[in-house]
Amino acid sequence: MTWAPSERELERQAVRRRLRLQQTAIATVVTVVVAVGLVLLVVSSPGWDRVRDYFLSWSHARDSFAAIAEGFWINIRIFLVAEPCVLVLGALVAIARQTTSPWLAPLRLLATGYTDLFRGIPSIMVVVICGIGIPALGLSGVTSSLFWLTTFALVLCYGAYVAEVFRAGILAIHPTQVASAEALALTRAQTMRFVVLPQAVRRVVPPLMNDLVSLQKDTALISAVGVFEALRAAQDYQGYNFNGTPLLVAAAYFLVVAVPLTRLTDWLMRRQIEKEQGR
Amino acid sequence: MTATVSGLLEAKALRKSYRGRVVLDGLDLVVAEHDVVCLIGASGSGKSTLLRCLNLLETIDDGIIRFDGREISDPLVDPRSVRREIGMVFQAYNLFPHLSVLDNCTLAQVRVHGVPAGEAADRARALLARFGLADKADAHPDALSGGQQQRVALVRAMCTRPRLLLLDEITAALDPELVGEVLEIVRAEAEAGTTLVLATHEMSFAREVATKVCFLDGGRVLEQGPPEQLFGDPVEERTRAFLARVRS
Ligand SMILES: Nc1ncnc2c1ncn2[C@@H]1O[C@H](COP(=O)(O)OP(=O)(O)OP(=O)(O)O)[C@@H](O)[C@H]1O
Ligand SMILES: [Mg+2]
Repeated sequence: MTWAPSERELERQAVRRRLRLQQTAIATVVTVVVAVGLVLLVVSSPGWDRVRDYFLSWSHARDSFAAIAEGFWINIRIFLVAEPCVLVLGALVAIARQTTSPWLAPLRLLATGYTDLFRGIPSIMVVVICGIGIPALGLSGVTSSLFWLTTFALVLCYGAYVAEVFRAGILAIHPTQVASAEALALTRAQTMRFVVLPQAVRRVVPPLMNDLVSLQKDTALISAVGVFEALRAAQDYQGYNFNGTPLLVAAAYFLVVAVPLTRLTDWLMRRQIEKEQGR
Repeated sequence: MTATVSGLLEAKALRKSYRGRVVLDGLDLVVAEHDVVCLIGASGSGKSTLLRCLNLLETIDDGIIRFDGREISDPLVDPRSVRREIGMVFQAYNLFPHLSVLDNCTLAQVRVHGVPAGEAADRARALLARFGLADKADAHPDALSGGQQQRVALVRAMCTRPRLLLLDEITAALDPELVGEVLEIVRAEAEAGTTLVLATHEMSFAREVATKVCFLDGGRVLEQGPPEQLFGDPVEERTRAFLARVRS
């Protein structure tokens, strides 16, 4: 009943441990060498002193910290609102493009036109057009809040990217999956909802994260219409004090959100795969 | 310690578990050169798992696997060097859907074994013809019937002329006539010098083709012997019960 690993197995485990250790050691040494080399290269460059004074000033970092934090809170809010909207819009557009019913032909056309259009226009133009153009129309009942207008613009842009990511995932599902769902008499919508989409979404999580992190960065584009978010706050400080450190502070804010998010999804995905394969 | 009856392939005290669920529990198996070993046993008894362990697709928890005198369960052994000489046909075929039948069969020949493309294609076509698939070389796997896919999987594995073939349920999707033909080919393959280990639910197939039949139960080989003996006069009660069930 009780099982204890044999001597040979213990030996093998020791060998595996040694191999792992070896690999970790190699990885560490290579990483350190490369990192140190890069740092030395930068630090030894002729203009390094000037760059350091301009971008790495501790006192300026401290002084601008609070103002940029306030701006970054706007970025976060836009991101939090836009992200779910982008996912929903992207999924809906992708599904719309996969429909086959003749009644839905206009919808397919609309979805295709939408992706083509908004993938093709630089996001900053969409932001400017929405932020300035829509209020200028003077329509009653339409918000003139720059926050909502620019969020809307970003959702439009990223919805188009994300729709294509979803569509790629849907197309990658083997047709036998659809066949076996249909053989169970599931409707096309049910097949999509319960069989195809769940598998498709899992496959596209990494590129999806790409777009979401990119969206998070592009919230800085709203500074183009004068919203005082993190980048704008940093530039403002830079303009007054002739020091670029706040730009790095702002960059750090973006990183602090993006990196853990990516690590978290990586980890979730790996756990899911392990669960399915029963390891 | 007991290197006396050393076969081509030898598994000793093999153990494999999935998340605490023990599937193989101290299994011993010896496959001599030119042997045709049939693994039989209830569904879920671990036949496929055993085959996957033998060509190192699964890491075993304990035990030793020796191939051609070398311990291949050693972590320092490069699994690819082992798999070059071991062919495998999966229970679910696992053909590459993006490649034509011919490309499925030539991929490893060309990329792994360095066979010139023309020669690889000739060999594949010859084997396909032997299996009655001459006209399917340019089709894609999804356009084939289940039985055709199964035979393509067999051709793909045989193309690289492995010393040992691991075959998982290669007759499950075939009609009786085709089973007969595959049986002929498997036999010819064995006579030509290939060693085979196959998992099967078809007792008549096992009886015809095997030099040794192993009955898997409770994670080990409960009973083994030449087919006449194992099917004719099994010793173990559980073997008898299993055979009675599948025969009725
Ligand atoms: N990846 C896995 N994760 C968890 N359990 C597994 C995994 N693969 C196999 N098993 C379990 O191991 C046991 C043996 O499976 P295996 O596929 O080897 O059976 P088998 O003898 O080939 O059966 P069959 O005759 O139906 O093909 C089963 O109970 C199965 O549930
Ligand atoms: Mg099996």
